[in-house]
Amino acid sequence: MTDQTNIAVAKRQEWMGLLARAPEDALMPLWDEMNTSPGFEWLRRPEVGGVMVRGRIGGSGAPFNLGEMTVTRCSLVLGDGTVGHGHVQGRSKRKAEAAALIDALMQTKAAGAIRARVLNPLAQQMQATKTARAAKAAATKVEFFTLVRGED
Amino acid sequence: MAAHTQFSGGFQNAPVDAAHAFRAAMTVMARPGEIRSVSGCQPPAPLSVAAGVLLMTLCDPDTKVHLAGATNADAVRQWLTFHTGAPLTDATEADFAVGTWQALGPLNQYRVGTPEYPDRSATLIVECDDLQQTGPKLTGPGIKGTAHLSLPDVRALQTNASLYPLGCDFFFTCGDTLAALPRSTQIKDRG
Amino acid sequence: MYVAVKGGEKAIENAHAWLAEERRGDKDVAELSIAQIREQLSLAVNRVMAEGSLFDPDLAALAIKQARGDLIEAIFLIRAYRTTLPRFGYSNPVDTGEMTCDRRISATFKDAPGGQVLGPTFDYTHRLLDFKLAAEGEVAPAPEGQPRSGSTPHISGFLKAEDILQDEPASDAAPGDLTREPMEYPATRPLRLQSLTRGDEGFVLGMAYSTQRGYARNHAFVGELRIGKVAVEMEIPELGFAIEIGEVELTECETVNQFKGSKVEPPQFTRGYGLVFGQSERKSIAMALVDRALRWKELGEDNLGAPAQDEEFVLSHADNIQATGFLEHIKLPHYVDFQSELELVRKLRREAEDRISPKEAAE
Repeated sequence: MTDQTNIAVAKRQEWMGLLARAPEDALMPLWDEMNTSPGFEWLRRPEVGGVMVRGRIGGSGAPFNLGEMTVTRCSLVLGDGTVGHGHVQGRSKRKAEAAALIDALMQTKAAGAIRARVLNPLAQQMQATKTARAAKAAATKVEFFTLVRGED
Repeated sequence: MAAHTQFSGGFQNAPVDAAHAFRAAMTVMARPGEIRSVSGCQPPAPLSVAAGVLLMTLCDPDTKVHLAGATNADAVRQWLTFHTGAPLTDATEADFAVGTWQALGPLNQYRVGTPEYPDRSATLIVECDDLQQTGPKLTGPGIKGTAHLSLPDVRALQTNASLYPLGCDFFFTCGDTLAALPRSTQIKDRG
Repeated sequence: MYVAVKGGEKAIENAHAWLAEERRGDKDVAELSIAQIREQLSLAVNRVMAEGSLFDPDLAALAIKQARGDLIEAIFLIRAYRTTLPRFGYSNPVDTGEMTCDRRISATFKDAPGGQVLGPTFDYTHRLLDFKLAAEGEVAPAPEGQPRSGSTPHISGFLKAEDILQDEPASDAAPGDLTREPMEYPATRPLRLQSLTRGDEGFVLGMAYSTQRGYARNHAFVGELRIGKVAVEMEIPELGFAIEIGEVELTECETVNQFKGSKVEPPQFTRGYGLVFGQSERKSIAMALVDRALRWKELGEDNLGAPAQDEEFVLSHADNIQATGFLEHIKLPHYVDFQSELELVRKLRREAEDRISPKEAAE
């Protein structure tokens, strides 16, 4: 039972994190194409706020406050009582609403379709962008070779 | 619609609702003895509407809240956390505390501020069965002449006032009505 | 003394209208878009985010446009905006060990695991103006190598393994927040770092340079400098677990400093730390040097009376919005102030003249 819950939590963390990080330009076309507009009620309307980001001294020591980032959040409930939360980076209320709806639908029978048509393609796009940057970084890696070694 | 969850009952239109509530809270604190009614949210039992509106308006992740007595219930904790993000704490560290007078006491466990920062003190939201402009006589800043307010414990509140500029401030709530008593108000028992 | 006076509304209105027109410049030249500023002036955007203390590239780009490129004015706009945001909470500390590095170099270990990755750096350019950029043209795509996945270990880990580097004990103590409580001195190291990371780049650079020139010299090497993205995670109370709420680009600099030991510490390498929003390399190195200089007391070093050792001096003057606010207010009307000064000087002058020629005055 606990394992099941943990797996469910891990999966939810994965899609919520993906939605939070996703560029709006990448998420919205995929979501709009789903053409899904389930009835819902707001529990908390979309609101823009700040989160204080923390770092650690020396990367691993005591925490300190680094500066804020913008976050938009909202919560809603579907007709069947399923609650969805959206917490996304930036100031787009449209994106937060989509994220909360997707979060709710991912807990329903619609999960398979959403995963196949929104989450998976979105994850692929974001991974491709990341890999392209990593490839450019790799090309700037220094390969040292010894010119002359002093003999003694 | 099955919209009733641990997350419902918040402000429907947060900026406007909170602004009205803040105006009411500010008015009663500035004019001890005044009673105002507020609306905009439906907190879970046993919180009154007025106490719920005050918590929603005044609390955020930077304010520590102490739920005294029966208010320390699952439903209240979840509701408060979702809508305000306020961390829960015990009486000695609280910025805000809510409960009946009996549940909140004794008064001397709350923060009263420091001479450099008298504002680092607790504000108590006292749930009352009754709230009337009768009873002990109030004088001081914000009161033209005298005012009267039904107070739960005159002696304890006089002691608090004697700490001025330190001390706690109070809201009294009953249903959807609220009144307030800042530390600067002088209290005289009737007669 | 301040006395309110009215007037000048029309002049102010017209000044604002002219400002808007001047901001736009010659209308025959295409208008800048926010996206153009964000993409093509990204290091200015980064500086505004770092010193404005708000990570949001679009907002920073808008602020730069509105401020006509005056970065301190843009930072002011961002600071003003962030005060209007409700604070949802604090993130978990970011894990820079898991950074996706665009750049990662070490001046102390040539063969650092993960390698020396230069990234898009100015370092080896010749600083010759490139007139090709004056003409618009396509940019050739950058070459690609074999992308590496997995995390890049911190260089400090290798020195720590040898027990020759001062330890940075982990803790979960909630740090003070200078956006919530006013600074008090002596300040804790977490508060010093928060103040430095949002401090003026020029000021922090100047302070750092002073330590290199001999004012509280502390022999810094850049142990590691890395730039890249890290995920930001936050506990969400209504969920009961943490989720990623986004990602931010950071520059991290760790210096290792030669240290002969003191009354309280054995000979070892000590550390300075810099962590700044965006690609902000100069700032993060400078921050690490100043952080190290400010640590003299906890490391049992002597107070040499150097400016960079004086935390009240450094931290009280690092913030360019505080500084510019106080500096620039003296250009605003002080007519009444000045009238009283004028009266005083005239009176003193009369008295001085009377002393010089008392006879004439007596007559």
